[in-house]
Amino acid sequence: MNFKKIASAVAVAGALVAAGAIPGQAATLDDVKAAGTLKCGINTGLPGFAYTDDAGNWTGFDVAYCRAMAAAVLGDASAISFVNLTGKTRFPALASGEIDVLSRNTTWTFSRDVDLGFTFIGVSYYDGQGFIGRTALGIGSATELDGASVCIQTGTTTELNLADFFRVNGITYEPVPIETNAEARAAYEAERCDVYTTDASGLAATRTTFENPGDHMVFPEIVSKEPLGPLVRQGDDQWADIARWTLNALITAEELGVTQANVAEMANGTDHPEINRMLGSEGSLGEMLGLDAQWAVRAIAAEGNYAEIFDRYIGADSPLALGRGLNALYTDGGILYSPPFR
Amino acid sequence: MTDKAPSGGGGFDISRAWTDERARGVIFQIIIVLGLAGLAAFIVSNTITNLREAGLSSGYGFLFDTANFDINQRLLDYASTSTYGQAFVVGALNTILVAVMGIAMATVIGFVTGVLRLSNNFLISRIVGVWVEFTRNVPVLLQIIFWWLIMLALPRVRDSISIGDAAFLNNRGIFLPSPIFEDGSAIVLAMIAVGIAATVLVRRWARKRQDATGRTFPVGWIGLGLIVGIPVIVYFAVGQPLDFDLPEKKKFNLKGGFNITPELIALWLALSTYTGAFISEIVRGGILSVSKGQTEASGALGLRRGLTMRKIILPQALRVIIPPMTSQYLNLTKNSSLAVAIGYQDIVSIGDTILNQSGQALEVISLYMAFYLVLSLLTSAFMNWYNKRIALVER
Repeated sequence: MNFKKIASAVAVAGALVAAGAIPGQAATLDDVKAAGTLKCGINTGLPGFAYTDDAGNWTGFDVAYCRAMAAAVLGDASAISFVNLTGKTRFPALASGEIDVLSRNTTWTFSRDVDLGFTFIGVSYYDGQGFIGRTALGIGSATELDGASVCIQTGTTTELNLADFFRVNGITYEPVPIETNAEARAAYEAERCDVYTTDASGLAATRTTFENPGDHMVFPEIVSKEPLGPLVRQGDDQWADIARWTLNALITAEELGVTQANVAEMANGTDHPEINRMLGSEGSLGEMLGLDAQWAVRAIAAEGNYAEIFDRYIGADSPLALGRGLNALYTDGGILYSPPFR
Repeated sequence: MTDKAPSGGGGFDISRAWTDERARGVIFQIIIVLGLAGLAAFIVSNTITNLREAGLSSGYGFLFDTANFDINQRLLDYASTSTYGQAFVVGALNTILVAVMGIAMATVIGFVTGVLRLSNNFLISRIVGVWVEFTRNVPVLLQIIFWWLIMLALPRVRDSISIGDAAFLNNRGIFLPSPIFEDGSAIVLAMIAVGIAATVLVRRWARKRQDATGRTFPVGWIGLGLIVGIPVIVYFAVGQPLDFDLPEKKKFNLKGGFNITPELIALWLALSTYTGAFISEIVRGGILSVSKGQTEASGALGLRRGLTMRKIILPQALRVIIPPMTSQYLNLTKNSSLAVAIGYQDIVSIGDTILNQSGQALEVISLYMAFYLVLSLLTSAFMNWYNKRIALVER
């Protein structure tokens, strides 16, 4: 793991040192088409978001976005080479061009967007950082954690939020920094730490993997805003537009009732002009992106619209059973809102 | 300007430069140096250009920014409001701590097992042999994780193993009482310093006397009395001016006292046993390199086996042992960067966090390199000095 991380870091250095223009300045779309596969950066394994199914294929909420994008760009939802990345290796991997798009529950922050030279193309999941602990501890709130040992994943915004939370509340703690979710979980299970902290969605996912999920509780405090979304390198606006509108297409599809099942039929034309524009039977939106007219049809056909993807992997139909909450459409009381297709 | 340079009279004929072996050598060296300098200049300028094109800021100014994350093991004052630079220093000290502890322990393990492996007792030499081969041939990363899992398998906080309610052992590490120095403790500390100085003097005197008369002197026991015995007496005489902050069971953790994290212990054990196994072989080789005649001569003079080993064999073996030991020490120091796997916050672990938060990949990696380079060169310099000191003085 250490070697992989250093290798990636060196790869960035190498890529920056290597002669010629760095990737990101070039047209990523052309590179992806020439390669015939989309290099998509995903988690090393997080139930619901990125995990392998029984057949050994990567699947999950974050993976579904990669598939939609590969379908939109290459016409084949399976034309993806997945690159599994830890919290630390993800940014060097994207910066060096090892991947074309990063879809790995990554929080959109100012410094990542501005200073690291990336472009966040939207929010696919509104999350917040929470704590999980044993019910046997007998506490009901994270503010009662004075003196506790807290397991955290290194290289994430959670590390910073954690320090802020304890500082603001004037309580002490011992941080136990661990590299991956799996190891952090192992340390938590061995009671090396009293609580484990990460994004609330991740906590729900992790909780399902415990032997007795009922022995553990997620504390009510959400200590941060964690808008998670895909990101690309800064400097290739066309590629960023493709990534952004692929996500928007999935959200708009839910809003307009376009599903995996009916998208092919609707693509032939409906009496709803926005559907027609999005699915290419009217106007030339696909052409403006540098793609063909059917791009959104394929993106939606890959794994369905936002609601279908959500329910299948992390929502009601999944073991995680996360509620939509903030991630419901704005029409349903959430804040999920896509700009219009016109 | 004439094409032909004047020849003779110490002049240099440019047309003959190529056929003159010495001149050709110089020319080649100049070309190579220029080539290397050009390559370096190209790499640097290209990197700077590409960084700028990618819109990434460069430079070491970020070291003065606020770190905003916490570190669980710190030898200096550090809080999340400290700077990245301070975090780096804390990490560097953690690396140095585990390296020094590891080198000390590995040396002890290596010497003991190296001698034991040459034991005439079949069982002992076999067991040590099996241990050495096993430890040497399993990747050190696996051993680090192995020891970490062992530490995690220790009793939980609530069921801590308690030693007289003063020290505790659980899967969050070892908790020891930390000393609180009160009035008068300075006298005790001063006595310890005096004891050490006195022992050095006694040792020097004893050696001189032995050289002159051949009579030995029990320096070890006298030294123990001077360094430990007298300060203990003084300690009680001035009314026990030392108090201890005992670790106390709190809601979640033991609070107070002095905590050694399981990560440090796991890393320490793994590195010192791994490197100790290599040192064991070096020690064995060194001892075997000393001619058997030395042992026999020593026996003929009536020296006991232990004394023969200490006074005759080991001093000669050291000349063979020290040079390869240096590279083992360097290996141990560098292997300590594997700490990141178990969350020991060494310079690489903390540096990676900084790298990830600040995005300054090249700068952080360059700091790693500079740190390990300096640390390794210092270790080498010390070992070379020591090697020179014990080298065979020919008379």
